[in-house]
Amino acid sequence: MAFGPHLLLAALEGLVSAAVLALTALGLSLVFGIMRIVNVAHGEFFMLGAVIAWFVSTVFGGHPALGFVAALIVSPLVVGAIALIAERLVLRRLNYDPEATIVATIGMLYVIQQLALTFYGPEARPVEAPFTYRVLLPWFGYSGYKLAVVGASIVVLLATWFLLTRTRIGLLMRATQYDRETAQAFAIPVDRVYAGVFALGAMLAAIAAVLIVPISQAHYLMGLDPLLLSFIVVIIGGLGSLSGTVVAALVIGLGDGIISAFFQPTLAKIIATLLVALVLVFRPQGLFGRATR
Amino acid sequence: MNKAATTRIWLLHFCVILLFAVLQFVLPPYHHGVFARVLVLAVFAMGYNLLFGYAGLLSLGHAMFFAAGLYGAGLTMLHLGWGVPAGFAGGVVAGAALSLIVGLLTLRTTGVAFMIVTLMFAQVLYLTIIYSSGWTMGDQGFALAQGVRAVMLGGMRLDLTDPATRYWAALALFSIALLISLVIARSRHGRVLVAIRENEERTSMLGYNTFANKLTAVVASGTISAAAGAGYAVLFGSVGANFANVQFSILPLLWVLTGGAATTLGPVIGTLFMYYAVDIASGFTSAWLLIVGLALILLVLFFPRGILGTVRARWVGWLP
Amino acid sequence: MSSASTALVATHGLSRNFGGLKAVNQVDFAMMPGEVRALIGPNGAGKTTLVSLICGRLAPTSGSIEFAGKDITSLPAFRRVRLGIAYTFQITSVFANLTAWDNVALAAQRVHERHLRRSAHALSQAITSALERTGLADRSDQLARHLAYGHQRLLEVAMGLALQPRLLILDEPTQGLSDGEVENFIALVKEIAREATVLLIEHNMDVVMRLADRITVMEAGRILAEGTPDAIRADAEVQRAYLGTPA
Repeated sequence: MAFGPHLLLAALEGLVSAAVLALTALGLSLVFGIMRIVNVAHGEFFMLGAVIAWFVSTVFGGHPALGFVAALIVSPLVVGAIALIAERLVLRRLNYDPEATIVATIGMLYVIQQLALTFYGPEARPVEAPFTYRVLLPWFGYSGYKLAVVGASIVVLLATWFLLTRTRIGLLMRATQYDRETAQAFAIPVDRVYAGVFALGAMLAAIAAVLIVPISQAHYLMGLDPLLLSFIVVIIGGLGSLSGTVVAALVIGLGDGIISAFFQPTLAKIIATLLVALVLVFRPQGLFGRATR
Repeated sequence: MNKAATTRIWLLHFCVILLFAVLQFVLPPYHHGVFARVLVLAVFAMGYNLLFGYAGLLSLGHAMFFAAGLYGAGLTMLHLGWGVPAGFAGGVVAGAALSLIVGLLTLRTTGVAFMIVTLMFAQVLYLTIIYSSGWTMGDQGFALAQGVRAVMLGGMRLDLTDPATRYWAALALFSIALLISLVIARSRHGRVLVAIRENEERTSMLGYNTFANKLTAVVASGTISAAAGAGYAVLFGSVGANFANVQFSILPLLWVLTGGAATTLGPVIGTLFMYYAVDIASGFTSAWLLIVGLALILLVLFFPRGILGTVRARWVGWLP
Repeated sequence: MSSASTALVATHGLSRNFGGLKAVNQVDFAMMPGEVRALIGPNGAGKTTLVSLICGRLAPTSGSIEFAGKDITSLPAFRRVRLGIAYTFQITSVFANLTAWDNVALAAQRVHERHLRRSAHALSQAITSALERTGLADRSDQLARHLAYGHQRLLEVAMGLALQPRLLILDEPTQGLSDGEVENFIALVKEIAREATVLLIEHNMDVVMRLADRITVMEAGRILAEGTPDAIRADAEVQRAYLGTPA
């Protein structure tokens, strides 16, 4: 394939990863922005989303679209419920202390991951896409489903934006983010807001995973890469900023797609991680966030 | 602190060392090997404890220092043909250099950012090891031949692969590290680190250069961790990238939390306890990391002071 | 005012902005060695911000600061402490989990290391002295967090004393003290003033009037008036707006 079309293909692939990454990273960003804690187990919620999607789709025989739609509904709800339980049992008891929650969520990471290993097994299993339709471009055919993923991601992002900025629930979340104590003084149920935010974050990751699982398979270790990439997106885009997250996800997703097409993936990861670490060292507020002092 | 208290403390530590020495003759072969391993890993835990327990800096990338020591010793012995003492020194120096660079960069951040940055630098090292597989044998790693792992001491050839000799060497390394951490904990520098942990701004407003103190702690911590890595390479001969991954960075955190952060003897207790817990669990299931995860959650929820930390708080207030 | 070259501390056009808020606005402030200066004004006048700029907790937006003839504007806080500026925090900032003794020891040991006298006895004496002067000697084994609020403030002062400073900045030190303790405190400051220069932020007008050689009044980031206690008391504008009733 000539260079131009090769680049376009890489860009399209990057767009798909960016779409999924934007959703996953947004979940992490909301949790850190509003609750001020880092959820190291976030990648495992992503993985759970994919694994549960596999379970649901195998239960529903018949047309793959049926199983897929069912997974799209059931999986985020289940993952959200699990997140709620974790929040209630563990995080709330720690009073959201930053260091303690990191240690606890590392523990949660291993628990969820290993339970998936025990009940799902070490194999990677595919899920059938709801439809197979090839979009015919002048140089190559491209999967219609992948384009649909991008579309679906945009829809979910818009819905989340709408929730945050136009609804009362979103207002409560933003108020709590701005000043927790004042919010409590205004009788805002901060505990419940936190629970809701944590569940929402997990659900966004789960939705992203359900979307991606027909493309890549469901595997119990698949949470680690999205976690690291989400960290990078959130750091670069600034914490709690929806627009920053989207832009950063686009940059990272596209960049990753293009670089991986032309360079060795390991080297690309080395450079990317090093760059991000240096950004964090020299500009702790990220590229879009505002400095606190 | 009066003379009697100081004597009591040093006596306690010598007794612990003596206890491990006696165990050399008593332990059955399998456990003998485990204890030798635990003693070396405990040095890693003690290095981690210096930064986490005393200075209050939670690093999520400490495996990079262990790996620096491990590969520093392993690569020089494998490719350059260095002997054990030179290889060991090479590993320690590599760790010291890495910790200085990492410290200078990461100490510009605090709290959560510090955790993430240390994690990322460790990832960079891990990926670099994988990428340079031509030299490092990448994921698979390599083994140091048995013949190489011997030391000439006063005309006598000590074969470090011999279980008894290996145990003595591990114990020697452990003892030195233990006594160093005791000296640091009770020194002025140790008290300043605790002050920084408790209230950094106040400490700086008393005239202390908090950056310099924290940097010293990072370098000391990294160097001790590297010594553990170098010791591991020399004594057990297996050098692999898994000693540089995220999981291996989490383990010292787990060991220190279990045994008691900011105590000198906590790390070895925690390492011993969790090593056996994992060992037993792996007998039942391949999902032994589940134990690690549960332990972390339970520790941080109900038992944040760890074993010795609780003992010190409740009964034995003079434990360093 | 005497020439700036003999002033112990002097600021020139010192300013600090927080976003759009000018917390300290073009302030020229100077103190002579050995004086006791009180800094008064309503909440939000910029008093704590000004002293934070002087001791280095905050960096200025513009302007400069001199201490003993040396430009310290870009010097980090810990170096200013080593030059002889000590600050006691307005919001108590002691080491809650250490004993009163250990708190003061941290301050004293740094001074002693400078004098190269490793004598443990001398160090111990310095700590005892600071605790006795602030009336905390019988509480030296108590954890700082178990001390009454007023005593924690006194612990702050003890730590400041142990640093043997040339300029001691006390930020609302009598807050939470009983009347008897305030009396002791006034005597203590008079004693300290014999060895060190004291800058005192206070709302308690009785304390201010009895201790201060000169008073500086701040309002909205600027110096409103400066003078002897009598002059300030007589200043109608100051009186009406800020003196209010004694505590």
